[in-house]
Amino acid sequence: MKKLMQALVAVFLISFLLLYVVDRLNASSGQTEGSTLTVYNWGDYIDAELIDRFEKETGVKVIYETFDSNEAMMTKIEQGGTTYDVAVPSEYTIEKMRDQDLLYPINHSKVPNLKYIDDRFMDLSFDRGNKYSIPYFWGTVGILYNTDEVNGEITAWNDLWKPEFRNKILMIDGAREVMGMGLNSLGYSLNDTNEAHLQEAKAKLDELTPNIKAIVGDEIRMLMGNDEASIGLVWSGTASELMGTKDNLEYVVPEEGSNLWFDNMVIPKTAKNIEAAHAFINFMLDPEVAAQNTEYVGYSTPNKKALEFMPKEMVEDKRFYPPAHMTERLEVYENLGPEMLARYNELFLKFKMHRK
Amino acid sequence: MDANKRTFYSIPYMLWIGLFVVAPILLVVYYSFFDLNGNFTFANYQNFFTPVYLMMTLSSFWYAFLITFFCLVIAYPAAYFITQSKFKQILLLLIILPSWVNLLLKAYAFLGIFSTYGAANSFLKTIGIGSKQILFTDFSFVFVSVYIFIPFMVLPIFNALDKLNPALVYASRDLGASSWMTFLKVIFPLTSSGVKAGVQAVFIPALSLFMITRLIAGNRVITLGTAIEQHFLVTQDWGMGATIAVFLILIMVIIMIVTGTRKKGVL
Repeated sequence: MKKLMQALVAVFLISFLLLYVVDRLNASSGQTEGSTLTVYNWGDYIDAELIDRFEKETGVKVIYETFDSNEAMMTKIEQGGTTYDVAVPSEYTIEKMRDQDLLYPINHSKVPNLKYIDDRFMDLSFDRGNKYSIPYFWGTVGILYNTDEVNGEITAWNDLWKPEFRNKILMIDGAREVMGMGLNSLGYSLNDTNEAHLQEAKAKLDELTPNIKAIVGDEIRMLMGNDEASIGLVWSGTASELMGTKDNLEYVVPEEGSNLWFDNMVIPKTAKNIEAAHAFINFMLDPEVAAQNTEYVGYSTPNKKALEFMPKEMVEDKRFYPPAHMTERLEVYENLGPEMLARYNELFLKFKMHRK
Repeated sequence: MDANKRTFYSIPYMLWIGLFVVAPILLVVYYSFFDLNGNFTFANYQNFFTPVYLMMTLSSFWYAFLITFFCLVIAYPAAYFITQSKFKQILLLLIILPSWVNLLLKAYAFLGIFSTYGAANSFLKTIGIGSKQILFTDFSFVFVSVYIFIPFMVLPIFNALDKLNPALVYASRDLGASSWMTFLKVIFPLTSSGVKAGVQAVFIPALSLFMITRLIAGNRVITLGTAIEQHFLVTQDWGMGATIAVFLILIMVIIMIVTGTRKKGVL
């Protein structure tokens, strides 16, 4: 019993000592309690070096957490619990969060770097006047394919239905993306809510089943990188990142139309350190910072000034920086409401269960 | 121990069970009666009896059965071998060791091993069979699941076999029973409790697997677990997700009861 007590005391002493050391370490690096900032972002969506730089410049300690879907992120913010100060949702989610009163308005006077953002990406339908959100990245959904294995070019969604692509396609596990592709391939809008059109799209997707190798999540990046499949339905950033390391890949935004998306920074209602949140948003908009971040992440930056700091071949690549007349045929996801979203998901689930 | 003391000691247990077992189950049942807009409804239950979810239930059962079956086929002889060995403890430790590694990490490792240019296919090529698609097939799904669950099958069977009095086996052989007869009439019945515990420990979690259905089976296998995950995280239709969970709980209770009563029947 005595030994046990001694052991217990020792454990407590060591724990307190460690706590003290950690505290001193934090203090010496200029980080005191109270000045922490919790950032909630998509996985692998920031150059970690920039976080260090922000910490050094401002003395604010950054806690960085990641999510893999808008819905998962929103659920966590709705529940509260963690004090997220900055989050990076996509456009239709921003609309939803605004409607549910989950966002703080952004004080533009505290974000002077906002002037560097291209007008094309300001004042968009999901957030007029950018009252609640500041552009972070934008991009498209398209087809990434291996030019060694695919004969000829792929230019359209409908090309994927060719029998020669049997068991060669990887898809993203997202109801909006996959259903949107089905709808687009039929010439409908990817925001279509007409039941007949949705059924038609689902039936058309079922016909694609023999060509689909797998429906996966973020692993698609690794799988395409390892030549696991020759065709992938991906987001533009995944494509540009892979194309940077492999020469035999090509990315195309299908001619029938596709999704144009925006990820914007917001300050959710869970925020405690609103001052630091503004500072962080402003920091990310700094042209040099944005350029470095863009080179790391691979998606397209809305920051006009940042383009000047980036390699020319990256900026002039029309596949990732399509000019305005090319983005016109693309559509932004609208918030269709929970019932419609459930309907999309049900059809997507049925499609996934459809066996070869 | 007097009654007062007994109640005192039962407090942590009661608190634990109440907060983390009873309350969550009640919450799940409660949520299953609400639709997307928070209105009271039985629609979720009607929805469950549509072909989509019934097919999903069937396929969950089928895969859980396959996983449990292969686990048992591998684990029983393995456990027997371990009990007979001189290095019991080390061999047992080696079986348990992989379960200390994070499940996701193991799944990602298999992504590499089974991929088109991975180790498994290089091996198939060298022995002249040629490259095959292994990843995203039923085979890879069952294989990886069996790999993950096998410690849970080996341990209870090992314990049962280890406790078995060898004198009974000798007696059976002395009395003229063949090895097969001895196994069938003596060893297996006496270790069936271990088998049941193992089957429960594997079948029940296998029913609600979800991560590896996407990672290893590429969503070619859809189980009830996948649907629950989707309803909670993507559709935000907590009602439907909770309803599926209620059915899973019911199924599990039934399995527990069925595997529980048989114990009396055999002995």
